Amino acid sequence: MTATFEHSRPSACPACSAAPAAEELAGKPVDATLMLSLPGIHCAGCISGVERALTALPGVRDARVNLTLRRAAVEAGPEVTAEALCEVLERAGYEAHELDPGVLATTAADRQGRDLLMRLAVAFFAMMNVMLLSVAVWSGAEGVTRDMMHWISALIAIPAVVFAGRPFYVSAWSALRARRLNMDVPITLAIALAMGTSLYETILSGHHAYFDAAVMLCFFLLGGRYLDHRTRASARSAAQELAALEVPRALRVSAAGEETVSVAELRAGDIVRVKPGGRIPVDGRVIAGQSEIDRSLMTGESLPAFAGENSMVSAGEVNLTGPLTVEVMAAGQDTALHRIADLVAVAEAGRNNYTSLADQAAKLYAPGVHILSFVSAVGWYLYTQDLRVALNIAAAVLIITCPCALGLAVPAVTTAASGRLFRKGLLIKDGTALERLAEADTVVFDKTGTLTNGAPTPRELDRLPEEAARVALALARGSSHPLAESLARGLAARGLRPAHVEGLREVPGFGVEGTWRGARVQLGRAAWVGAEAPAETATFLRIGDGAPRAIAFSDTLREGAEDVVQALKAQGKRVILLSGDTQAAVTRFAARIGIDEVIAEALPQEKAALVADLSAEGARVLMVGDGLNDTAALAAAHVSISPASALDAARTASDMVLTGRSLAPIADAMRTSVSARARIRENFTIATVYNVLAVPLAVAGLCSPLIAALAMSMSSITVSLNALRLK
Amino acid sequence: MDILGLLIPVSLFLGLVGLVAFWWMLRKGQFDDPDGDAHRILRDDYDDKPKG
Repeated sequence: MTATFEHSRPSACPACSAAPAAEELAGKPVDATLMLSLPGIHCAGCISGVERALTALPGVRDARVNLTLRRAAVEAGPEVTAEALCEVLERAGYEAHELDPGVLATTAADRQGRDLLMRLAVAFFAMMNVMLLSVAVWSGAEGVTRDMMHWISALIAIPAVVFAGRPFYVSAWSALRARRLNMDVPITLAIALAMGTSLYETILSGHHAYFDAAVMLCFFLLGGRYLDHRTRASARSAAQELAALEVPRALRVSAAGEETVSVAELRAGDIVRVKPGGRIPVDGRVIAGQSEIDRSLMTGESLPAFAGENSMVSAGEVNLTGPLTVEVMAAGQDTALHRIADLVAVAEAGRNNYTSLADQAAKLYAPGVHILSFVSAVGWYLYTQDLRVALNIAAAVLIITCPCALGLAVPAVTTAASGRLFRKGLLIKDGTALERLAEADTVVFDKTGTLTNGAPTPRELDRLPEEAARVALALARGSSHPLAESLARGLAARGLRPAHVEGLREVPGFGVEGTWRGARVQLGRAAWVGAEAPAETATFLRIGDGAPRAIAFSDTLREGAEDVVQALKAQGKRVILLSGDTQAAVTRFAARIGIDEVIAEALPQEKAALVADLSAEGARVLMVGDGLNDTAALAAAHVSISPASALDAARTASDMVLTGRSLAPIADAMRTSVSARARIRENFTIATVYNVLAVPLAVAGLCSPLIAALAMSMSSITVSLNALRLK
Repeated sequence: MDILGLLIPVSLFLGLVGLVAFWWMLRKGQFDDPDGDAHRILRDDYDDKPKG
């Protein structure tokens, strides 16, 4: 933002007017624009609610919700943080996440979209005017009147076609230079030939001119192009939004003290501090502090691991209890997390040889059209010995066969489908993902963080005697460890009051201890209280010299998880649970949710290998996962989905991302994708039928500009309407 | 048929007015949030006084 020197009070004294200017120059903090992602909003009430909640906050100058993008832009003073805004919105009942406004600045895609829209508008304007003039010719204008109509049409159509058709010419030219044929080559040829012969006919005051057809061709094809662009742009902006969700910052410790820096600025050898509850930003070695770290996103195990001096930690893990000081060994692009992301890119490249329905159609279509029009031109030339007739026929064939409907067949359906799914909370990142999803017959779920929330709740609290439970509650309240917090919530919900424990002290990395009725009481890790380490997530309570008691935890089901599994089974899909967690935990969980096939203790490579094996057996695998250990499997699967809470790398690797907390949209997406594929096929059939009916007319030389215009608009409109029938 | 000399320029002019209006709307960002604008018109937050 540029500093402006606006003075609200006019002043005669130069010093007075200089003072505020000096303040400005001294770096008076300027307003910042904060961007929030609001995946849950959907109505006018939400707009008012969010804007009112935000503007009520001191320091917020203006807040504006964009319902289409589900974002809010907030103009606020520097003292307002995005976390505070998110908190206010969560309290008001709206799910909110911070977005990095830098990443979301108006991108090239936006400009390209506007550019296409402008070309579409010009083509529409020209089409309507030329059509009006053509009506006169169709209804039998003769001689000078017809010539005048043709000349005016030419004056409108030529500049319009030159401007509006530019995307096709550019793409056709680059294809030809690479010695390939694509859809745009017949399009460009048809437009050029139609304009050329029409102009020639006009000069010779002939009967037929195809200006209307050429402009209409541009309009319908640009329409398809624009829909396609919108789907892609929203997928791209979704990917950007996900990247922006994680605003990567780190607390760097230097001689000058602590400062918050972007992770990109960290170098190997720097020292960073990771607060309890924070995500570890780099790969490194712990040089001071003790804590427990949650590796579930990396490995899938739900058991927190101990971290002390000289432990190695990697980016993406979450620090639970104590502050850690970490020496950076690798940052940014060099971290294990990023190297895995690179591997994923390689795996994805392998999958990209999937041929979409549109590509299959284009491969058959482009050569066929050229051959057909060339053959009919040659035939007519041999028959009549008249080049003018032959060229007219060739132009008519190219115009009639031009893939107006084919160009609209896929984009119209994918736009309709992705719009529906977006409203239900599913972002589609890849253009062909819907087609691939429709083919999936096997669904592989990850457990921790995907079917579960990744947040443990205590089990079997009834088995604790009341005294012990009250001590446990008092101890649990002294810690911010997720297990302790969850235990405290669970016990408090049972109506217990905490016992009077003195000298409460948290020992980072181990647990909480204190004194109760003169005896030492501890709540924490198995090894610390002198118990055998269990196979499942548990914390231990020890009172005085008594035997330690285990309090076991299990994960809560993610919203909609059970329904999705049932719905998929009802649709006849094979459902497999694949987890890196221990056998006991996974089997118990599978029984609870109703999955029969279970594979536990799988390493990341094994997960990917299993998915590859299933594919080799002929199964089309849909992989649903969130962790780093799932990324390779996500990339290897035929199609993949990850929740919004997943790690950056996992979301990058997957084709679709759930924007909300619920898993329910997955079952909807399956249904929608199947019906979308059916619609695409129908659209191809419709387009082909129109071609089959009109091409013989064109080849026989019976195709007037009126028939060309009718066939083209009818097929395009039918195809678009058919796409809207999507359920 | 002399009327054509008048009608054709008039219809072209009106079409151009529409085209320029569209271009202006595009420039002003009126297509940035179609869903939001559709809902905003129905709410009564600023019925009594305009947004301050």
